[in-house]
Amino acid sequence: MSKTLYDKLWENHVVHVEADGTALLYIDRHLVHEVTSPQAFEGLKLAGRKPWRVSSIVATPDHNTPTDHWDEGIKDSVSRQQVETLDANIREVGALAYFPFKDPRMGILHVVGPENGATLPGMTVVCGDSHTSTHGAFACLAHGIGTSEVEHVLATQCLLQKKSKTMLIAVEGKLGKGVTGKDVALAIIGTIGTAGGTGYAIEFGGSAIRGLSMEGRMTLCNMAIEGGARMGFVAVDDKTIDYLRGRPFSPKGEVWDNAVAYWRTLQSDAGAQFDRVVTLKAEDIRPQVTWGTSPEMVVAIDANVPDPAKQSDPVKREGMERALQYMGLNPNTPMNQISIDKVFIGSCTNSRIEDLREAASVLKGRHIAATVKLALAVPGSGLVKRQAEAEGLDKVFLAAGFEWREPGCSMCLAMNADRLEPGERCASTSNRNFEGRQGPGGRTHLVSPAMAAAASIAGHFADVRDIL
Amino acid sequence: MDKFTRLEGLVAPLDRNNVDTDAIIPKQFLKSIKRSGFGPNAFDEWRYMDIGEPGQDATNRPKNPNFVLNQPRYQGAEVLLTRANFGCGSSREHAPWALLDFGFKAIIAESFADIFFNNCYKNGIVPIVLPAVEIEALFKQVEATPGYKLVVDLQAQAVIRPDGYGIPFQIDAFRKECLINGWDDIGLTLRHAEKIREFEEKRRINQPWLFS
Repeated sequence: MSKTLYDKLWENHVVHVEADGTALLYIDRHLVHEVTSPQAFEGLKLAGRKPWRVSSIVATPDHNTPTDHWDEGIKDSVSRQQVETLDANIREVGALAYFPFKDPRMGILHVVGPENGATLPGMTVVCGDSHTSTHGAFACLAHGIGTSEVEHVLATQCLLQKKSKTMLIAVEGKLGKGVTGKDVALAIIGTIGTAGGTGYAIEFGGSAIRGLSMEGRMTLCNMAIEGGARMGFVAVDDKTIDYLRGRPFSPKGEVWDNAVAYWRTLQSDAGAQFDRVVTLKAEDIRPQVTWGTSPEMVVAIDANVPDPAKQSDPVKREGMERALQYMGLNPNTPMNQISIDKVFIGSCTNSRIEDLREAASVLKGRHIAATVKLALAVPGSGLVKRQAEAEGLDKVFLAAGFEWREPGCSMCLAMNADRLEPGERCASTSNRNFEGRQGPGGRTHLVSPAMAAAASIAGHFADVRDIL
Repeated sequence: MDKFTRLEGLVAPLDRNNVDTDAIIPKQFLKSIKRSGFGPNAFDEWRYMDIGEPGQDATNRPKNPNFVLNQPRYQGAEVLLTRANFGCGSSREHAPWALLDFGFKAIIAESFADIFFNNCYKNGIVPIVLPAVEIEALFKQVEATPGYKLVVDLQAQAVIRPDGYGIPFQIDAFRKECLINGWDDIGLTLRHAEKIREFEEKRRINQPWLFS
């Protein structure tokens, strides 16, 4: 029988099945950060249990760490305690790799894993962070878990799980100039809705997806959770293998050859059946901008803010009205007339080298508008930062009026000092435009790095296709 | 984890779709390294007029009188009634911890986000999915009836209204068993330790690159 990629990944990890179909799945890679792990380590200790296989653990602090003045350490004492707790826990139990605060390889876990070859095709990858779906770009079964499950994985190297339904999202054709993986992700969420993927494992396929770089695929899989799917993945191809060759934890020699032979089987078979298939035409996707407080509230840059009066469902209409009020927007305003206060280029969605190159190509020889109060460029990791500096991208950002920061999650969720003030409007390359996400009262519009750069120059949202 | 069998509890309505985990517990409270004490900050940005900070005493903070959970008639509620896609967003288990600490033991919605749904079970909260038409009727009844209570009978898999009308709900047999007995998942899984070890050894031979 033809199998989907999900079937293959699932079957490769089943240790045991309960009578009602609940399976015990083996976990290959456990990514650990400071926010969702302290209670798990504590629980483990209180129960007198030991971690099952510490060589599955890759850890780094990312959510709380400051992105400037590293010489001054972590000033917020509550944040510092959390980071120090991670230090202490990893020191006690061990790990395959730990990149502590200020380590040259520290960064956002979902950037750090792949760039170190710690994320390999066919793995189950979990982390107490919903954007773990990012690793699906490497044909991994990768998803976020809660802290109880972090403890469960530490103690047993397994998770209890029911098999999800399968959805194929096929994007066929060629993406236009200035249209990126981020725009594809937002267009998909705009199509299926933020709950459209609930209960599904999504496979992204089609010629436009195959055309994306690994960075683009990571951005896409990263946003699967914003479409309600815990996981999204892409089949293995030459790009996957080329990306992983020579990375620090990638296999070497004969083991590499054997691994590659297996990885190449990580495809859905021809004729495999999915529970749902959604098809989008690449040529229809234009640069996207969110207008509301949920990622599904999204339109193309050349569209207008939607009018709730045209929505017939009363609960949805009220939701739209509430979102417009929070966002301080009027219905039918052209998106390209909405001015911004701040710009954030970073996060596990868009802080990789390609994202920075994309933004820099727009910024080169230009300067941010005088009305833009702050423009932040926050590389996803120490390695990304150094690569960008080697290419001179830091100079492009600085010359354009951006601040060039140290790596971390930063203003994606504003657990550190990088945040919006109430009422401030931000063009952000992050993943969530929820109320208060980037700071209480802050107004977030999700865009691609190129679109964030375009907005920073214009002082309002602008179509990057007119600049490129 | 406390056992859950049957609950008769006051119902509070939160009439919104897509209530996200950032709304349930804002990020500044995730800096805690404890599992408890999140209740005073549940729905912090909707509940209070000022901006909350971790470690602050919430008793004298200005409350938003328009936020439904601040209304006197819903004080002591144990059942939360809401709409679609409740708990979307981050995987933070601080969200169910905050709801539990606030007093909610059951949440009734049209649908839940997957990770949040899963996190509820780990903390003894029962997430119940009911059809939109039943949810709509419950909202009408709750709003019209001060002191409105629902019975959640987990054994019978039914939500029972005060008028005696029972609404059946689905739950995985394994999860139901765990809730009713208050079982610790880890203990259950470790009964299969030998099987896990065997699986792991085979894997080490067949896919050695996973163990470097």
